[in-house]
Amino acid sequence: MSIALLSLIVLGLAALGYLLGRQRALAAAGGDMRRLHSLPSYYGASVFLFTAVPAFLAMVLWLLVQPVVVDRSTAAMITAADVPQGSSHALVMADVRRIAAGLDILVARGMDEDLLATMRADLSDIRGRLGGVGVAVAETVSPNVFEAAKSYRSLANTGRLAMAAAVLALAVGGLLYAAFRITPDLRARNIVESFIRVLLIGASTIAILTTLGIVLSLVFESWHFFRLYPAKDFFFSLTWNPKFGGGSSLGVWPLVWGTLYVSFVALVVAVPLGILAAIYLSEYASPTVRGLAKPALEILAGIPSIVYGLFALITVGPLLRDWLAMPLGLGDSSSSVATAGLVMGIMLIPYVSSLSDDIINAVPQAMRDGSFGLGATPSETVRQVVLPAALPGIVGAILLAASRAIGETMIVVMGAGAAAKLSMNPFEAMTTVTVKIVSQLTGDTEFASPETLVAFALGLTLFVFTLGLNVLALFIVRKYREQYE
Amino acid sequence: MTDLSAGLPHAPRSLFEADARTRRRNAAEARFRFYGMAAVAVGILALVFLLVSILGNGLSSFRQTGIELQVTLDAAVLDKAGNRNPEDMKKVTTVGYGKIIGAALVEGLAGAGIDTSALTTKQVSALLSDEAPRRLRDMVLADPSLVGQTVPFRALASGRVDGFLKGRVTMESARLDSNVSPEQLEVVQAMKDHGMLSLAFNPSFFTNADASELRPESAGLGVAMLGSLYMMIIVLVLSLPIGVAASIYLEELAPQNRWTDIIEVNIANLAAVPAIVYGILALALFINFMGLPQSAPVVGGLVLTLMTLPTIIIATRAALKAVPPSIRDAALGVGASRMQTIFHHVLPLAMPGILTGTILGLARALGESAPLLLIGMVAFVKDYPSAPPQGFMEPASALPVQVYQWTQRADPAFVERASGAIIVLLVFLIAMNATAILLRRRFERRW
Repeated sequence: MSIALLSLIVLGLAALGYLLGRQRALAAAGGDMRRLHSLPSYYGASVFLFTAVPAFLAMVLWLLVQPVVVDRSTAAMITAADVPQGSSHALVMADVRRIAAGLDILVARGMDEDLLATMRADLSDIRGRLGGVGVAVAETVSPNVFEAAKSYRSLANTGRLAMAAAVLALAVGGLLYAAFRITPDLRARNIVESFIRVLLIGASTIAILTTLGIVLSLVFESWHFFRLYPAKDFFFSLTWNPKFGGGSSLGVWPLVWGTLYVSFVALVVAVPLGILAAIYLSEYASPTVRGLAKPALEILAGIPSIVYGLFALITVGPLLRDWLAMPLGLGDSSSSVATAGLVMGIMLIPYVSSLSDDIINAVPQAMRDGSFGLGATPSETVRQVVLPAALPGIVGAILLAASRAIGETMIVVMGAGAAAKLSMNPFEAMTTVTVKIVSQLTGDTEFASPETLVAFALGLTLFVFTLGLNVLALFIVRKYREQYE
Repeated sequence: MTDLSAGLPHAPRSLFEADARTRRRNAAEARFRFYGMAAVAVGILALVFLLVSILGNGLSSFRQTGIELQVTLDAAVLDKAGNRNPEDMKKVTTVGYGKIIGAALVEGLAGAGIDTSALTTKQVSALLSDEAPRRLRDMVLADPSLVGQTVPFRALASGRVDGFLKGRVTMESARLDSNVSPEQLEVVQAMKDHGMLSLAFNPSFFTNADASELRPESAGLGVAMLGSLYMMIIVLVLSLPIGVAASIYLEELAPQNRWTDIIEVNIANLAAVPAIVYGILALALFINFMGLPQSAPVVGGLVLTLMTLPTIIIATRAALKAVPPSIRDAALGVGASRMQTIFHHVLPLAMPGILTGTILGLARALGESAPLLLIGMVAFVKDYPSAPPQGFMEPASALPVQVYQWTQRADPAFVERASGAIIVLLVFLIAMNATAILLRRRFERRW
């Protein structure tokens, strides 16, 4: 039974429960609504919630747990002899899952279940048959693997059936329980409201669960990586040279250097432009100019980074190469630190300018008036009174922009290049942490190798970096805000 | 009493005549003002330059070169059984149709009096796209009664011919190109002068799936747009209720304690986590741990939901905060419970603000590409996914990822396609943002 159908049935039952609950409440009160504790719809809603919510929760939990359990029990069927040279247990298990999925398709296309049960890997051409339905299996299928796949499939199918049964039983059970306890004195509204309250609390913990998921997946997979590859080499080596045959050197420094260099160029572009624009818009511009220019600058923040990436790739890159790098003899690569940094700087202008604008506006007018009264010009006021007062907030804005720059992916993937280098030349192609995360995790690579898992360690590095910057920025901004309130 | 002015470097003169120091200060003032203006101008110019560059590169992808031919659909070739039964006619592959179109092209060239003696037959038929026979076959199979007639057919020209008409391919570049020769281009020029060949609006850019490296002329955005649509449906269905529920709890019900503090700091931090980290989360959690399929809209939708939630929660909380407390007090005063107050009064009043925030969050999610790269959305997807809910589990592409994929290909024709795809993406984004602004204007209330 498919999940969509099961969900529909549960929803149908719940709707039925609503009608039933309402009906029973009215009947229990002898048709006189005034004798009920709550409005009739609350009685219906209580039945609805008791029918649908436990059933759906059970379904989600089951879907999360079942693959793990099935994996565990079939993994034991694969012996060390079934793992080919250069492969790993995890890869063979992936094969098992793929074959099981292929068998499902075969059955769906009309193959007999009995025939499948008697099929043996050493007698029939499993690979060819699976290939026929679009499931590619890399090597010839060994008997143990095939048996594991069959048992995987049957376990998964049994699990599905058991899930359907459990979910339906819960739904019906909840319906009966909630419907038969209805009396005119039942405090249905309170029940429904506490139920909803629990749901609301549940929704608000999703944020925590997401953070937990991010941290756990990063830490867990990074730990896998550091078991395969020495942490000392990762943190202290100066070369990045992954080889998928093994024996790679995966030093993080060339990537960190590239990231910091690109971010630095981006900030050199964005910070002066952003702050000057913010000063102009808040201190000088007429309301009309401000009303037009501020949204125009903010459009820059709303444009997706893939657009900037394409801009870097097809316009800015060739432009910088032909007009600056080649005449100066600094290189002939259109993807370079300067390209990515310049384009990223444009993207960051509104991040700096909007926040700085807010902060400059928050400086009390009395301070400006005092400065003007002493005979200072507007620019002197800005430089000597407003900016120092707004400085912590502006630093916060810059830190936030820096954290954006470090985590930005598409612009550097398309604009900065892929060569990991420790170089000072801004017109040379260099690479960043995010680029390498993408390149190590896309494409057909073996998942259990250090070359792939290094992406998680890089992700963890990136996460720690950006989180640190954000926390610092928020801390500075918050501390500052208290001064004038 | 000493005279204060005696201590000044120079005695006061007329106020109408600025001294050197005043002039310097005024000049500094003007300079500073100019710097500010220049910074704003640079930002806006960068925006304009960006848009012009994308439009200039991409607008041409909405038009495609086609060759007008009179194709004789020979019954002896296309329908050997002679019964006009599409099932039997399916036996004739595109190779058979290719020959027919090739013959029609040769005939058309001869009819127009264009000299093709410099070209081999193969070079002549290379002017046509490999896609043209497939379209003719589809057309004939859809309407078998055409067999035996001579019908007008607009055959898709090859990518290089298309590039020549759009100015991307020139005689000079053709000399270095193994796929096209200057002689071929001369014939193309003659065909153009004769009106056999023209650019026209290209609907298949919006309906076709991606095409292989060798035929950029038939690559389209259909699968990518559908994949993006599927993901947006999932994001909307999941993030709106969860986001609104979380905001209601945090804004209206939660006690001020450590736990809610942790949640709030968490949400603020999640909004600033780099997109690529969400991709890693999706890969580790949804694909490796839960075993969801790669490249599937459901995984993309889930990860984009997680990314959009902070945006929606922040917008919803602002909208809830904007509803004045007097509304709550009045509702509580006439005996409504807290939940009734929230769901019957506060939430409806906050709805425009919530919807605006949701649309803006969706627009952001629509343009997001980095996390999708990691969950396998870069795969080459040739077939449309089926209708939901089954389609949510089948491989699809997404608009921004399609752009990235096209930029990774060697043929410059794909750069044009990528820019065209960006234009489509930007049109969607502008439409969504405009809706949000309209919604805000229409329903915004000042209390």
